Amino acid sequence: MLNQPNVLDPLEIVETWHKEGRAVALATVIETWGSAPRPVGSHLAIDSDGNFQGSVSGGCVEGAVIAEAADVIASGVPKVLEFGVADETAWRVGLSCGGRIRVYVERIDG
Amino acid sequence: MQLSTLQTLNSVRAARQAAVVVSDLSDGGSQVFPEGGPLPPMWEAAIGEALRSGRPRLAELGGRSLFFNVHMPPPRIVVIGAVHISQALARLAPVAGFDMAIIDPRTAFATVERFGGVELLADWPEDILPARPLDRYTALAALTHDPKIDDYPIRAALEAGCFYVGALGSRKTHAKRVERLSQAGVSAEETARIKAPIGLDIGASSPSEIAVAVLAEIIEALRRRDLTGQQGEAK
Repeated sequence: MLNQPNVLDPLEIVETWHKEGRAVALATVIETWGSAPRPVGSHLAIDSDGNFQGSVSGGCVEGAVIAEAADVIASGVPKVLEFGVADETAWRVGLSCGGRIRVYVERIDG
Repeated sequence: MQLSTLQTLNSVRAARQAAVVVSDLSDGGSQVFPEGGPLPPMWEAAIGEALRSGRPRLAELGGRSLFFNVHMPPPRIVVIGAVHISQALARLAPVAGFDMAIIDPRTAFATVERFGGVELLADWPEDILPARPLDRYTALAALTHDPKIDDYPIRAALEAGCFYVGALGSRKTHAKRVERLSQAGVSAEETARIKAPIGLDIGASSPSEIAVAVLAEIIEALRRRDLTGQQGEAK
C-alpha cells in the first residue's frame, strides 16, 4: 500500500534506469525444464555497464546473460538464450541443479 | 520492448491490476493487456487463460512464437489492530515480499513511534475501507479482539474474496463471532473461511512467534489458493 517504488523490482528498476539515460535490457525466463531455480516469467534488469537487478536463475547463469545483454543493447536485436546443465570439465556456464532454461533478452527502446 | 509498453505495465501494476504482456520472440514486438481491457480476438483465449491460471507460457499462434507473461498484483496484508503482534508482523511482512497496512481507530495504539516504516491508518475500518477496498490479492488479519473494530473488516474481507481472512481469539471467542456474523446474514460457507484461532499451529507463544505463525498461514493461503476457479479464493 506504500506508493514508494520497490527498489528490488526489476521492472521498476529498468524503467528508472532508462529515465536516467542508461541503456538497458530486460531478460525474462520464458521456458524451463526439470529443476529450474527461477520460475517462468522471472525478470533480470541489466544496464550497459553490467549493473543488474533481479534474477533468472539462482545466480548460475546471470553472468552470461549480462554479457549477452551487452550485445542486445548495442544491436537492439532481441535474443533467446538457452542454458543447460553445467559442464564442469569445460567450465561452461550452466545450471548446477540439472535443469534447463530459456531466457529472452530484449532492449528497452524509446 | 518499447518504453511506453514498460511504462503502461508499471502503472497498471502500481494500480494493483493484473496484466498480460505478449512478446513476439521473432520480431521483438510486445504489447501489454490490462485485465478487463479489450483483447485482440486471436489472443483472447491465451490471454484469458494466462490471467486465470496466473502462469506465463509460450505459444505458437498464427505462425508466430509468442510469450504470454502474467503480472498479478503483489499480495498485501491489511492488519486490523495496532497491537504487539502487528509490530512484529510489520517487520516480517516486507521481508517475505508483502506490502502491509495497519488500521486501528485507537490512536493510543496507532502511533508512529510503535509503527515506523509501515502504513498506519488511525481510523475506523468502516471509514477507511470504502475508499481503499480490499481485493482478492489482500490478506486480512483481524487482531484487536474487539468485535466493534474487527467484525466490519472481516465481513468486508469475505465479501471482497480476500485470499486470506484470519481473526485472533480463542475458539469460544470465535464461536461468538461466527454467531454474530451469521445473525448479520453471513453464510456458514463464508464464516468457515475465517482462520481462527489465527496462525499455523506451531505452538507460537510470544507476539513475535504468533506473527510468524500468521505470516506462514498467509503464505500457505496464497500459494495453495485455488487457481482453477476464482483467482485468489482460498481453499
